[in-house]
Amino acid sequence: MTATLVHLGRPDRTIKARITCTIDGHAVTVDEGTTILAACRTLGIEIPTLCFLETLRPVNVCRLCVVEVEGARVLAPSCSRATEAGMVVHTKSERVRHARRLVLEFLASSVDLSTTPGMADLLAEYACTPARFGPPAPQALAGERDAAVAGHHAATEIGFAATVAQPVKTDNDLYVRDYAKCVLCYKCVEACGVDHQNTFAIAVAGRGFNARISTELAVPLTDSACVYCGNCIAVCPTGALMPRAEFDMRAAGTWDETVQTTTDTICPYCGVGCTLSLHVQGNTIVKATSPLENGITLGNLCIKGRFGWQFVQGPRPVDAAPPAGD
Amino acid sequence: MDIKLSQAAAAPDERAAVDALLGPPDSPWVGGARGAARDAHTAVGGRVMRERRHLLVPALQTLQARIGWISEGGLIYVCERLQVPPAEAWGVATFYALLATSPRPRRVVHVCDDVGCRSRGAKAVLAALEATGAAIAHEPAADHMHLDAERPGWMHSPCLGLCDQAPAALVTDAGSPCDERLLGHVTPERARALLDGAAPGADATSVTVLPQQGDASLVLLARAGVVDPTSLESYRAHGGYVELPKAIDRGAEAVIREVTASKLVGRGGAAFPTGRKWDAVRTQTATPHYLICNADESEPGTFKDRVLLTADPFAIVESMTIAAFATGCEKGFIYLRAEYPLAAQRMRHAIDQARAAQLLGDDILGRGVRFDIEIRRGAGAYICGEETALFESIEGKRGEPRSKPPFPVHSGLFGKPTVVNNVETLANVLPILRMGGEAYAKTGTSQSTGTRLFCLSGAVARPGVYELPFGASLRALLEQAGASPRLRAVLLGGAAGVFLRADEIDLPLSLEGARSADATLGSGVVMAFDDDEDLVDIVLRLAAFFRDESCGQCVPCRVGTVRQEEALHRLARGRTLAGAPGEIALLEEIGVAMRDASICGLGQTAYAAVESAVKRLGLFTGAGA
Amino acid sequence: MFGAGGGTNSYQEVEDADVVFLWGSNARAAHPIWFHHLLKGVRQHGTRLYVMDPRRTESAQWADVWCGLRVGSDIALANAMAREIIHAGLHHQAFIANACEGFDAFAASVEPYTLEWAEPITGIPADVIREAAHAFATAPRAMICWTLGITEHHNAVDNVLALINLCLLTGQIGRWGAGCNPLRGQNNVQGGGDMGAIPNKLPGFQDIEQDADARARFEAAWGVPIRPTYGKNLTQMFQAMGTGEIKALFCIGENPAQSDADAHHIEQMIRGLDHVVVQEIFLTKTAQMAHVVLPAAASWCESDGTVTNSERRVQRCRKAVEPPEGARDELWILSEIAKRMGLDLGHPTPEALWNEFRALAPQFAGGLSYERLEALDGIQWPCPDESHPGSTYLHGRLWEQPRQGRAAPFSIVMHEVPFEQRDANYPLLLTTGRRLDSYNTGVQTSGYASPLRTGETVDISPEDAARFGIVDGEVVRISSRRGSVLAPARIDPSLREKLVFMTLHFPDDVATNVLTIDKADPKSGTAEFKACAVRIEKVPARVPAGVR
Repeated sequence: MTATLVHLGRPDRTIKARITCTIDGHAVTVDEGTTILAACRTLGIEIPTLCFLETLRPVNVCRLCVVEVEGARVLAPSCSRATEAGMVVHTKSERVRHARRLVLEFLASSVDLSTTPGMADLLAEYACTPARFGPPAPQALAGERDAAVAGHHAATEIGFAATVAQPVKTDNDLYVRDYAKCVLCYKCVEACGVDHQNTFAIAVAGRGFNARISTELAVPLTDSACVYCGNCIAVCPTGALMPRAEFDMRAAGTWDETVQTTTDTICPYCGVGCTLSLHVQGNTIVKATSPLENGITLGNLCIKGRFGWQFVQGPRPVDAAPPAGD
Repeated sequence: MDIKLSQAAAAPDERAAVDALLGPPDSPWVGGARGAARDAHTAVGGRVMRERRHLLVPALQTLQARIGWISEGGLIYVCERLQVPPAEAWGVATFYALLATSPRPRRVVHVCDDVGCRSRGAKAVLAALEATGAAIAHEPAADHMHLDAERPGWMHSPCLGLCDQAPAALVTDAGSPCDERLLGHVTPERARALLDGAAPGADATSVTVLPQQGDASLVLLARAGVVDPTSLESYRAHGGYVELPKAIDRGAEAVIREVTASKLVGRGGAAFPTGRKWDAVRTQTATPHYLICNADESEPGTFKDRVLLTADPFAIVESMTIAAFATGCEKGFIYLRAEYPLAAQRMRHAIDQARAAQLLGDDILGRGVRFDIEIRRGAGAYICGEETALFESIEGKRGEPRSKPPFPVHSGLFGKPTVVNNVETLANVLPILRMGGEAYAKTGTSQSTGTRLFCLSGAVARPGVYELPFGASLRALLEQAGASPRLRAVLLGGAAGVFLRADEIDLPLSLEGARSADATLGSGVVMAFDDDEDLVDIVLRLAAFFRDESCGQCVPCRVGTVRQEEALHRLARGRTLAGAPGEIALLEEIGVAMRDASICGLGQTAYAAVESAVKRLGLFTGAGA
Repeated sequence: MFGAGGGTNSYQEVEDADVVFLWGSNARAAHPIWFHHLLKGVRQHGTRLYVMDPRRTESAQWADVWCGLRVGSDIALANAMAREIIHAGLHHQAFIANACEGFDAFAASVEPYTLEWAEPITGIPADVIREAAHAFATAPRAMICWTLGITEHHNAVDNVLALINLCLLTGQIGRWGAGCNPLRGQNNVQGGGDMGAIPNKLPGFQDIEQDADARARFEAAWGVPIRPTYGKNLTQMFQAMGTGEIKALFCIGENPAQSDADAHHIEQMIRGLDHVVVQEIFLTKTAQMAHVVLPAAASWCESDGTVTNSERRVQRCRKAVEPPEGARDELWILSEIAKRMGLDLGHPTPEALWNEFRALAPQFAGGLSYERLEALDGIQWPCPDESHPGSTYLHGRLWEQPRQGRAAPFSIVMHEVPFEQRDANYPLLLTTGRRLDSYNTGVQTSGYASPLRTGETVDISPEDAARFGIVDGEVVRISSRRGSVLAPARIDPSLREKLVFMTLHFPDDVATNVLTIDKADPKSGTAEFKACAVRIEKVPARVPAGVR
């Protein structure tokens, strides 16, 4: 190799020390800074998560991934807690199972998890009986939760379990927001904000049980800063955020993922070259996403990529009258 | 950044209020007038603008103070000035109880209905106010567009930190300037008069009279009620600013050596050794370092810091200056809860006086030491007393606690090494340096050195702040305060503490003494309840407090505090789902999950008092008491 | 540049750059996902961002410093920065000595471009120019990224050369995070060039006139002689239609009747041809003028193949759905045409054709097998063999000692004002661009209901709105020397006085290209879409937008 005047390549990253810790009795050696969750995955230990996503900075709010670290007073979120040399971790202890079970029951008793992939299995695995908190309280009126005032106590309806049930927000043609299904995982806020899109059309508003995802003054999306990239939909773990097309097909009972195919291609618009995964049902594109692991997109798209594919399904010249040549 | 702003315009007084805080806008790109040739061709933005985000809460507060609420136009103007996306600003504004996002009257009477006040007259006050039919300020009336801003309104408040003068109220009169006063011993008649526009009168904390006034053994409170808190000269005459020059002479490491030798631990609740914390920050290579005085005293039943801040403000300034010198901080913040307007005023005055006397600023005492203090006021959020939530709040965000590690000494405010000390902790710095660390360590007990402040309230004849060496007995303290002979229970440590039965009060008031009794000294709350008290009502209020004050970030606390309150209500009404034992078992399950899996201390302790009420006091079970 | 036509760096490198000049690009709207990478740099690494754009666009609002230069003053600005860098001694003398030629002449050529001279020409205060120049020169890693704001000018190539000069001068090239990068406007602009769909290159950027070896390789493979002469660029083609030299047009997937400048003139040219064949997925305006329309499959989702993106990454396109009945794969159509013209190529698969290309451009694409493209999620050329990982950044050779290959030349380029200037009759300057939710002439984007879409508007500054008494939303007449259109006005504070903005997205409603000028860059053939003089008049009665 020839000499160069200066270093040309990628800035040197410090080589990380390797540390060894013990998880469920197995010793594992990982790079310093590796999270407990990542270390568990190298061992094939499954940890359930809701608010964690590889492409987002961990917010560790759902607490489903908690594990027991010996010597610690409370459980640790495995998604964000880094392993340390000599750390002894238990992922299946009774304390852990109890916390996970209660977290799942808290969510299942307050949020509609019917479209959360894998949730039914999790609830069964942890023997959850969310109904033990009482029957669900009646659904809130449209806008009621958006108007809740921080720190001020609404009278408890004795005998009912409070929920986040509320009408679906359908304020535009491209996607719906069904916050009755929102577990407040913050992923949409992160994706709309600093982690990816930096549009900040939505944020968490209010606090406590009244905390909710909101635009400013809870205005409709069409009055907000939303640019309809749908990167929030891409990260939503519960189906609270859903393309309008999918929402309508589900409502009509025609959405059938078992017959859908997914083909990766390249977006037809600008020259960035985003990978589009086209979800096709019956030779019709029904949804476009991008793979999380794609280095260019990290699962993100813009409005054109996510929603702008419909033209191929519109009238085409073969459908039209022949041109009037001479 | 490319933010999108609605067309809503700020009213002139809103604009003026924001401009008074931020200065007039310097370009059309942040709300100024168009026309300058330079502005048509260049603009500064990016990081410079993003670094102004920390001004968001003060800017929202200035709107609140000027007109009593934050209108859309006002919010949008703040967003334009600071280039903050409106949704983010909305998220922040709706997080804090004392920032209103729907119209409120100019005058609002905030009546404390918390555990210290509710059975000491607050319920009667609230009943009287309800009977007036005046606007409940936080309930956006259906016709709020027609709200008469000039007609005072009222609302419930969590603990105002005036339990020694229960029942308490905070009166806020928005305007220029905004007038805020904390009032004690509020009667229904007085409350009605306030709604009719009566002048609020003097702030209840303006004169300090201690139960132990004149007691020569007082250390932290020695100057309280003696010194003129508005006079630097008076402070100097009472031994002030003797230690700062000596500390500079000794050098940072020597100061830390003394503090370490004193075995001082934090008085905010976590009891972390202060010397170790200081040393950890001093040795961090990342710069700058920040010092924060945590004066967000909001634990129900706690009011000791209020007394230190209002009665001896210069001592806090001097202590902070020494702490900053020792830890290499050039910038300090006092995060002061919103409900202490007079404390804020006195601290501001003390800081100004100190700066004028070269005791703060770029060249302290001509010794080349640089340090200054900024006061940041809370906006109605208990959670902001949690140190990482406090950072978020100063940074202009929702007060949501961060996951630890990383710890503040490594990555705190603005991601920099940060010392956070409670007011009372800092107040110990001067005595330690005066006495010497070793001598100080000989006071109190071997494991709990020095003295401790206790906030006596409830069923006691002489409520107030008491200072005792660690190790004194709780019974003696209660006797000193004149506890009711029919004492039934004591809430020790605050809402996050535990109830003790009347037969459990012989424990020594030390960290180890509390620990061995499965209790905590917490923030020094000693709230006494006698037979007249409806303890079920008190426990329900505590449960409501945690539900109301949960930031909502993590599932165990956000939903757990709701499920806990629901179960308690079912038990209180005798409408259980699976019988009382089933509900009590459910409470335990909820409580353990909150304790084990919540992000921060709020959720982790939200079950503590409830658990003790059930297990020690026998609430709902008939056992125990 | 320096041989191969492609950006010198990868998207992820912008995340590590210390200074980025985003020049003549509103990437926030036009390249949103690339902008994510830039924002990662800005927010995580601390990249200092300068945006050079006459408008204070969404992108410019992210800038640490917005440089709102006058339309067409790019070379003035670049040369003034170059002079400042040289006078401050901040040019990279070791790099220049090792890698470049023509420095002395270049330095002499920029000598008149003082900051004081540049301030009134560019509009940018001298102190801002100085600061930006110093930041660029002293940054450990700096990049210049541009889009059509640089290339849609009558002196497009000179503009690009001026930016390359800055990189050479400061050694901001040939390293990770340092270089110059055009962001391609369309999905396969880069791939079209790669594959030789440009008038002067064979596939793999092998020069038709100068590279005899390459010609020989293609002649041997194809069995036909390759004429060693450059073909015509788009502008030259339309000129040739005007002179009658070109009589027939085969147009594949392009809508020149609406996308090209001076639309009236273009339409006249197309209508004057003897025979027009349009291969399209829609009946575009151009297709409607055709004698024969060949309905095609949509290449990105109804057929297989590759495209190349702005970081030179060759990527696989895959068939996800069947085309509508009657529409045919483009490859099938071309093969059938060949067959009917007497050359039976059979019906080669996309992969077979690709492998032919790889064999004929081995240094460029030898390692880019379909198998590897699948496995690695695309590979950045050049990639000469199957053990090569692809090239993240180009021109590292310039730093090698001794330098490999030929020297990188400084180019002497001089400031020229846009072809058309404002005058008393046409007192405003129209510049054009894209909006986030729409694309080119709207052929594709009109297919979905964007909540952001408000239709075409003429965006004007608050000052001009006041001057002409125009209120927001009012339909006004916009006229240039070539034609006039009606459009609603939108008052846009991101514009300064005398600058107006329109897009080309809604040609059926508002034919913006009736206004634009077809004065093109003789070197690239790109028209000066970014600058033409117009006037705006109030319309007496209520007339619907678009009617001429």
